[in-house]
Amino acid sequence: MAQYQNLFTAVQVAGPTSDGIPLKKGNDPRLIKPFFVYLAGRLGNAQIGPVYLGTLGTASLIFGILAFNIIGMNMLASVNFDPIQFIRQLFWLALEPPAPVYGLHWPALNQGGWWMITGLFLTISIFLWWARTYRRARQLGMGTHVPWAFAGAIWLYLVLGFFRPLLMGCWCEAVPFGIFPHLDWTAAFSLRYGNLFYNPFHALSIVFLYGSVLLFAMHGATILAVSRYGGEREIEQIVDRGTATERAALFWRWTMGFNATMESIHRWAWWFAVLCPLVGGIGILLTGTVVDNWYLWAVKHGVAPHYPTVFPNVVDPATLPGVKP
Amino acid sequence: MKSFTFKYLSWLSLCALFLLTGCERPPMEGVQHGFRGTGMVEIYNPRTVEAKAENNAVPFALPAAPTDGPRAFQVFKNVQVLGGISSAQFSRLMVSMASWVAPKEGCLYCHNPANFADDSKYTKVVARRMIQMTQHINADWSNHVADTGVTCYTCHRGNNIPQQVWFKRDATPPGSNFMGDKSGQNEPAASVGLTSLPNDPFTPFLLGSDPIRVNGTTALPNGNRHSIKQAEWTYGLMTHMSTSLGVNCTYCHNTRSFASWEGNPPQRATAWYGIRMVRDLNLQYLEPLTSTFPHERLGETGDVAKVYCATCHQGVYKPLNGAKMAQDFPELKTVTSAQSDTKVAKR
Repeated sequence: MAQYQNLFTAVQVAGPTSDGIPLKKGNDPRLIKPFFVYLAGRLGNAQIGPVYLGTLGTASLIFGILAFNIIGMNMLASVNFDPIQFIRQLFWLALEPPAPVYGLHWPALNQGGWWMITGLFLTISIFLWWARTYRRARQLGMGTHVPWAFAGAIWLYLVLGFFRPLLMGCWCEAVPFGIFPHLDWTAAFSLRYGNLFYNPFHALSIVFLYGSVLLFAMHGATILAVSRYGGEREIEQIVDRGTATERAALFWRWTMGFNATMESIHRWAWWFAVLCPLVGGIGILLTGTVVDNWYLWAVKHGVAPHYPTVFPNVVDPATLPGVKP
Repeated sequence: MKSFTFKYLSWLSLCALFLLTGCERPPMEGVQHGFRGTGMVEIYNPRTVEAKAENNAVPFALPAAPTDGPRAFQVFKNVQVLGGISSAQFSRLMVSMASWVAPKEGCLYCHNPANFADDSKYTKVVARRMIQMTQHINADWSNHVADTGVTCYTCHRGNNIPQQVWFKRDATPPGSNFMGDKSGQNEPAASVGLTSLPNDPFTPFLLGSDPIRVNGTTALPNGNRHSIKQAEWTYGLMTHMSTSLGVNCTYCHNTRSFASWEGNPPQRATAWYGIRMVRDLNLQYLEPLTSTFPHERLGETGDVAKVYCATCHQGVYKPLNGAKMAQDFPELKTVTSAQSDTKVAKR
């Protein structure tokens, strides 16, 4: 017999489609007549649409698609417009930032100029999208927690591609657009600046990253575990605590002596998620500008431990007399 | 519901299997290398090690020849490098070289059948210079090759051209130079272990002597202007070294600081000399041979085949698994040339 479950449910209740609340004056009409998708219903809400695109959404999409296409065209050109090689090498291809020789000057198009244009368009697109999330939240009478969380991610994006290169005096310090190349950039960043492992803000960022994962798992598991008592109606439970909340709270008090509340757990999760890019961005911004070698910084401040010598008498040959480095 | 779950799980496991196809199967072997807790562990796949064994077997050496008797220059004509050794030793080396470098073609790969002393074949001119190079490595680069030494076979392994050589990459972007410059990276290049790192780190570091070290020597900024992009070139070279030696980074480095020498194994110093040795060989012996080689032997930018770590190492951290093959050929262990045009600079 079919069961109703919270996730991957096999039973879907299909009523008439809902357009949502009527919009105030000055809003555009919503697009796409709502319809049902069974598979979507197995993961979440089966109703797709309507979508509010509006001026900001349209403008954001235009700039975003422009940036995406410039990256794609550069990648395609780099394999001499061979579609097969484009697909085969896609994960390796990239649009690279300008070479170090250009500093903060505008390079030739094929020497990083395309990267600058893409960065500009992508940033415009992201800012427009941010404004769109803010305006939509306001129009629905919501708080603006989503846009401000998004702003946390934008901060890290701007540090990586704009603020830090600006402070370093070289666009070459920014991240390439590409799958593997941006990962290699990440590794090279740590290699160049003496191991990001010793960057305390990087460490904090990881705490909030893993902390977010842990909180998400704890919260998700708790709510699923008390959904048999109506615990998934979290919003109602915040103001009208029922047995689901009591049991969930008691569970955590029993196991670790402390419990979050139905409301505060969401603040915990929000701050953990937002602090991850926030402190990460600070760590990146300090790298190269304020600290050049994080390992030596850690040695200087007694953070990196000293290990006993395993291989005696190994010296850097470059320091020997009469040797050319 | 059950059949749904079953179908769902089978698809999930199929996807997981597909994702695992890129991995090497366990078990691996780990050998601790540095102080405990530093992660300095060498990881070996015993099946890969076994697969490399055949390529690294040492060929049978001919019985040693008497060192007395007439000198080579008294018996043969036009012996410019090895004239001082006995003619028996000379003949033994020539036969050995044929089996190392041209087992199919034999003597005639280098020699004119009508006149063995004739220098008309380019291969003979190159071979002479390569003998001098081998002597130079054994005599002057003991910092890297120790008393193990090298012979022609260390690189050639029965091939006319060693299988692992490098040419300069033609980094000119295709088309009109309007877009699509890869800046010498971003393609699955075997030279850097299929990463997207700069794929010709050899031209700047193993031919030129651009700085490989990019780290600052002080905690706070103190005029170190090396960029992340430069770090990627160094990273590319190091990836080549690790791949050609079949080892992890921790074989030479305590990875908590790649720059620091504290707690580093002696292999790192050996590798440091190796980089200088390869640079020396490329500049002194291979580049000057560019005009000697016919066009079809040159690379896409018209440069000569050059050596790097993989040329000798071929996937193992000691070429031929450390067999002391050169000891059977004492004539290759000292510089015997008196030729005026081969002033070999000692560095």
